[in-house]
Order: sequence, then structure tokens, then C-alpha cells
Amino acid sequence: MKAFAALFESLDRSNSTLSKVAALESYFRNAAPEDAIWTVALFSGRRPKRQITSTQLQLWAAEVSGLSDWMLAECYQQVGDLAETLALVLPEPHANSNEIPLNQMLSHLQGLQQADEGSKKAFVIDQWAQLPTTQRFLFNKLLTGGFRVGVSEKLVAKALARVYQKDEAAVLYALMGKWQPAALSLEALLASDAASDASKPYPFFLAYPLEQPLAELGATEAWQAEWKWDGIRAQLIKRADAVYLWSRGEELLNEQFPDLCAALQDLPNGTVLDGELLCVENRQILSFNALQQRLGRKKPSKKMQQSMPVALMAYDLLEFAGQDLRSLPLRQRRQQLKELLAENTSSALLLSESLVFEDWQQLGLFRDQGRAQLAEGLMLKRLDAPYEQGRKKGSWWKWKVNPLSIDAVLLYAQKGHGRRANLFTDYTFALWEGDQLVTFAKAYSGLTDKEIKAVDAFIKANTLEKFGPVRTVKPQLVFEIAFEGLQLSKRHKAGVAVRFPRILRWRQDKLPEQANHLHELKVLLTPGV
Amino acid sequence: MSLLVFKPEGIFCPPANVYIDPWRKVERALITHAHADHARWGQRHYVAQEHNEQVLRARLGKDISLQTVAYGESISINGVRFSWHPAGHIPGSAQIRVEHRGEIWVASGDYKVENDGLTPAFEPVPCHTFITECTFGMPIYRWQPQSVAFAAINQWWMEAAAAGQNCVLFGYSLGKAQRLLSGIDPSIGPIFVHPSIAQMNEALAAVGFQLPATLPLSSYNRKLHGTGVLVLAPPGAADGHWQKKLEPYTDATASGWVQVRGNRRRQSLDRGFVISDHADYPGLLQAISATGAEKVICTHGFTALFSRQLREMGLDAQEEHTLFMGEGGAAAQEETE
Ligand SMILES: [Zn+2]
Ligand SMILES: [Zn+2]
Repeated sequence: MKAFAALFESLDRSNSTLSKVAALESYFRNAAPEDAIWTVALFSGRRPKRQITSTQLQLWAAEVSGLSDWMLAECYQQVGDLAETLALVLPEPHANSNEIPLNQMLSHLQGLQQADEGSKKAFVIDQWAQLPTTQRFLFNKLLTGGFRVGVSEKLVAKALARVYQKDEAAVLYALMGKWQPAALSLEALLASDAASDASKPYPFFLAYPLEQPLAELGATEAWQAEWKWDGIRAQLIKRADAVYLWSRGEELLNEQFPDLCAALQDLPNGTVLDGELLCVENRQILSFNALQQRLGRKKPSKKMQQSMPVALMAYDLLEFAGQDLRSLPLRQRRQQLKELLAENTSSALLLSESLVFEDWQQLGLFRDQGRAQLAEGLMLKRLDAPYEQGRKKGSWWKWKVNPLSIDAVLLYAQKGHGRRANLFTDYTFALWEGDQLVTFAKAYSGLTDKEIKAVDAFIKANTLEKFGPVRTVKPQLVFEIAFEGLQLSKRHKAGVAVRFPRILRWRQDKLPEQANHLHELKVLLTPGV
Repeated sequence: MSLLVFKPEGIFCPPANVYIDPWRKVERALITHAHADHARWGQRHYVAQEHNEQVLRARLGKDISLQTVAYGESISINGVRFSWHPAGHIPGSAQIRVEHRGEIWVASGDYKVENDGLTPAFEPVPCHTFITECTFGMPIYRWQPQSVAFAAINQWWMEAAAAGQNCVLFGYSLGKAQRLLSGIDPSIGPIFVHPSIAQMNEALAAVGFQLPATLPLSSYNRKLHGTGVLVLAPPGAADGHWQKKLEPYTDATASGWVQVRGNRRRQSLDRGFVISDHADYPGLLQAISATGAEKVICTHGFTALFSRQLREMGLDAQEEHTLFMGEGGAAAQEETE
């Protein structure tokens, strides 16, 4: 744990990619391979199954530290992270504790699955008494599941490639997919590929948002444009007579989508498609809402499979006849994709058509119709570019439609976390329905520090009621709220739910009576508006 | 009637008709220490511990009416006895003991319990009522011995110097800067200081504080001094302007707030070293218990939480609002002391 904690500390404090890679490199050079593979797993989100709840941890920590529940809760509010809060408030550890290697710690944790609550508690309290603060924090992180260090899989691959003198792209590929750090050696992992593991997906290529004027992209002929579908990015693999459906987060989705996997069972072996999962009925794309319901169901009923059929909207061909096509230009991959799909008869596999446009201005007109197409905007891809990996600027750009927005009144407020623990930063907004205000969205971000302070002062001076941490505020401030889309919802008072709401700006020029009405929001439910 | 009461002007002693650390203009101000939230400009007369002689004049004006007293020495005003006792916060900082007809109150000002080797160490003063600060009155704030932080700072500087970088370390110009200077290993390289720190160094050297030699920041020249130098500057001076000529450099802050990872990261500096001139949570509890006080008044920090905690521990504790600012408060980590 000591070396892992030291690595964490140096990653945590470095803010350049260069020094992060250097820290990883020196760690991998010195770490035992059985620890190193766990580090790779943890940094790429492959975390051990959670065995202990936050409530248990808080109870035990209160007991060990002698702190009252309320004080522990206040500390948590101040720090904003449970693992860190507990690491800070627990008594100082014993001076000379035993070093437990990372891999042993993790196998201990996995062993807790069969343990009763008493032995779980004894184990945790014993570790708390031994581990110094940073290790204790990391231990708590392992227990609670969340693990973010600001290191991409790409950086990890870069460092591993240097230490083990391998090709970086090959390492990144080797790290993809499902593998068990407890059951695999680092060497075997680094050598793995489609031959050793038929399910292994390729690293996804991700687009950057377009920032520059279109004209700077040069000639339109060099570019392919498609709709940016509002579904879930997925990679479909057919190898060795089996189909594997992967999400961008490297989750295997076969269980959620047995219908799709069955429908595509007849693809030739050695085929890998990149595309978007969508709910499609009779060639008509359904809303994201339907897809979300499908995604949330581990084993969907036959009925659900029929009422919300899914399809893969394919836009790239990464492997064909067992050949890795990623280094070919898009133009050629696209040609092969079309040929493959020409023979396809399944309604579960569609081609994401490229849009025909004469000039950039015309492309702008397409974008304006995005919402009517149930698309998030447009994708622009260079026709002569290979399929790269990770998020990279240059050959793929996403050009989103402008967000929807509406003017709403601030109605409830709550305090934030961490540095903002003393400021009201979490807001609930409402729209008019007759002379009543109906809440429809919560938003946290979008204001400047100065505005936050001013809004905070307003809230403190204009509180009408307090319910626990929530305050009802005099309905006076108006904000323009942006969102990506909306759907009908029975759970929400307003009857609709908005996606990704955020504060666009504070409308200090508007009186509360000038905020929008709920029916004006509902109008936006109709596609094409 | 209470010996000390909280009035809009400050902490008032009715029988003596004087204020302690007033934040509005009064006739006579007894000062715990020279930080701006305690020693404010414009008082008719000041009384402070003798080490503040130069510092107060430098900060508030050459011609202020200032009476100084030694630690332990007492003065009598209308039959009330006042004495100044080491608070360990910064050079010249004191707790003010107030005694009248057998009743004893102590106003702590700001304090820390760890002996920093520069400032005379905190002395517990037995009293009936203790007015305590509680800037870090939450159990998440617990300091390691300062040797741990100084070892980390020295290592940071050595590594940066070896990599051909300069170091910029931020700390308040009065107190934190001198503590850093007295704890950092001066053999690693030349140390440059911002003018506001140079001014405080001078004022403290004049009353006998010994600090390592430093160079004025304005004299830094890449050709003359190369890289690997350490620059001390107050946080408010970070305008990016003078830092330019120090490139490539790495920057850091020394503060109690960076104990919490989120605070450390939000500083958007390369490093954060946990060094505070305020007592940590266990230090506050230890100091309070050492006074033997039955009654505790909490100011300056997490007053509501900390006084509730003290009440749960069986003390008669309450909170009072003041305009003291601690090390900035979690919400506003700007230049405060
Ligand atoms: Zn203060
Ligand atoms: Zn102070």
C-alpha cells in the first residue's frame, strides 16, 4: 500500500501529463507485477465489489473516534468526501504498522464477501489503526468504491509501454475489456489481444467539441458528416461464433440486450463495428428515455424487448475478416462497412448515413434540424484519417445543436460541499402554472464566484422557510436554464424531466412574473421545435 | 456584570473602559497581536506586548500612540489588572489576562500550542472564563509536528532546484513568513522575499528576532542567481506579474486549510504544506482544559460547532460573533490572518 499511496500522492499533486506519466513510469518500474496489475485495474475503473456500506463505515468511525454523529456529519459536509473525512478524523495510527502489499489488501477485501458483519468491522477497524493517513484514505476509497485520480487509461498505457518496451497502442488495446486482476499476470495482460481473448474491444476513438469556425476545417470534400445520435456509444464484436456488445465505459452489455446480440449472431466471424445503440421501432428512432429504461433492466422481459426494440446504428468498421482495419483511412473503412451492411437484412443493424452537403453553410442547416432527427447534433470525420484512440483533436469533431433554454424562478436552495460548504450553491428552479410556481429542475453550476456570493447573500436575506438543509426562498430571482432535451415523467411534479439542466445566465433584467410558464416548456416535447 | 462583554466596537471591559482588539475606533485598545483583524488602524491609544513596537508602527503608522509591556508584566486601569502572556501564534502575540476583584478572564487572541522555535511558546493561563479562537475547531484539522512539514518543504525545494526550477512559497507576511524562514533549511539555496515580508523581517529583527539572511525579490536576476532559489511572498501578492521572471517555477502554499484535499486542489498551486499558526482541534481542546476555565466563549472560526462540542463535553460554552477572520475561513481563503 505504501508505494501505491506514494504514487497516488504524486499523481494528485502533479498537474502536467508529463509528470503524471513520469510518476506512473517510476511506479511500474519498481512495483511488484502482482501489485502493478491491480493499480492498472483500479485506475481504469475496474474496482473490487463493494462489501461494506457507507452507513457501516460512518457508524464504526464514530465509535472509534468518539465523535458524535452530528460532528461527523459536519466534517463530511466540510470535506465533501467520506473516505477522506474518515481518514482525517480517525485517531492517529500506531507508529510501526506492517506493510500490506496492494494485492493482498485487495484479496482481503474480496474475501470479506463471505464474512459476517462482526469480522468485517474488526478487519476495517484494525486497518484504520495501522494505516497512515494517505493509505487510510485510499483504503476507504477501495471500500467505498469510487476511485478517481485524474489519470486516463491512455497515460497508464503510455507508462506501461515505456517500462515494458512495448508499443503504446498495443498496450492500450491489451488493457481493454474484461479481465480479472486477481486471476491474471501483468505479463499475460500486456500480451493479450483478440487471439487470446475473443471478447476484447478496441479502444474507442472520441471526438472533441468543435470550437473553431467550420471554414477552418478546410475543404468540405475532405470531411464526412453524420448525425450525432442520441444513444449509447457501443462496440459490437463477432468473433469465434460469439457476439459481444461493449459500452464506451467497457461494460459488457450482452445481458441487457439479448435481442440485439441474437439478431446479429449471423455477422461473419472477425467483425467489429463501432456505432450507437438506439431504440428503433419500424425504422423510427425512439426517445433516449426508452433506451434508458432498457439499459436499466439487467434481464429485460420479452414484452419490453418487443415494445422497445434496440438497434445498432453502425458508423465504423474496425475489424473485418479478422483483420484490424483501424489504420486504414475512413474512406476505405466506410466502403467496407457499406458492403457488409448491403447484405444485412436485420432491422437491428442500421447504417448511419452520411449527409450530403455542398458547403459549410448547408451543413449548418442540417444541424438546425438535429433535434427533429432526435440527434444531439452532427459528427464531422476526416475521410483520410485512421481510427485513432482516446480523445484526440484533429480528425473527429462533434458539433452539438444549441441547447434548449427557458427562464425560471429560483425557489429552493441548499448549501454546497467542500469550499462552498458555507454558501448556498445548489438551486431548484420553478416555472409558472397559473399563479403557482412548479419546480422542474435542479442545477448547481453555471454562475461565477461573484454571482454565487451575491445569490448566497440574497438567499440568506430572503429565506421564507427552512426544512432541514433546504430553504424556501422568496421567488424573485430569474435564471435562464439550459438543457439538452426533455421527456415526460411521472416522478416529477412538473410532469416532464429535463436532461443536463444548467444555469446559462442570471437574468437580472427580468422580474419573476416574466419567467416562463410550464406549458411553454411542454411545447418543447414535440420534436422539431 | 461580566468582566468582558461583546459590543459592536469590540470586546469591552466595562470597569476599565477599554477594548481588546476592537474593530471600530475607540479611545484605548489593548492589542493581542499585530494581525490586521486584531490591530486595526485609527485607535486613539494602543497597548501591546513589546515585540510589537516596530511591527505595529510599520503597519499602522509611525506616530501611533503606543504603550508596550513585557510578557507577564501587568498594568492597572481603574483597578482592573491586565497582563500579556505568550500565545505562540506569531512573534509578539499574546493572550490578555484580565483580573478584577478576584475574577479572571483571558482573551486568547489567536494561538497555537506547538512551540515553533521562533515565537515564545503558548502558556496556559488559569482563569474562570476563557475567550478562545476556534479557527480550526473541527476534528478534521489535526497537525503533524512542524518538522514533518518542513522536511517536505525542504525536499520540495531540493528536488525543484535539482530540476532547474525556482520555488515560490506563499505565506502571510507577518508570522507565517518568519516561521517558514526559521524552519526551512537555508543551506539549500538563496532565499528571496517579497517587500512586505522584508518590511516585517526588519521590524522583528529590530526587537531581537533572529532570521536567516534573505535577498529582496526585486534583486532576483536569472543571470546572476540562476535557478533553484526560494521566493517567499504573501498570498495576496500572487498577481502573476513578478512570477514571470522566475519561470520555470513551482509554487506552493503553507496553510492549515490544505489539510483537506479539495481545498489543496482548489488553490491551483502545485503543492500545499500543512502549517498553521492556529491551534488544531486537539490543540484547542488541550489549551481550554489547561486554563481550568468553567466558562468558554468561542470566537473566530467554527464557533457554533465548536461550542456545541464543548457543551457536550460538560463545559459552559457559548459563541460570540466577532470580525476576526482566522486563516480565512473555508469560504474565503483570501488574505486573512
Ligand atoms: Zn485572527
Ligand atoms: Zn492572527
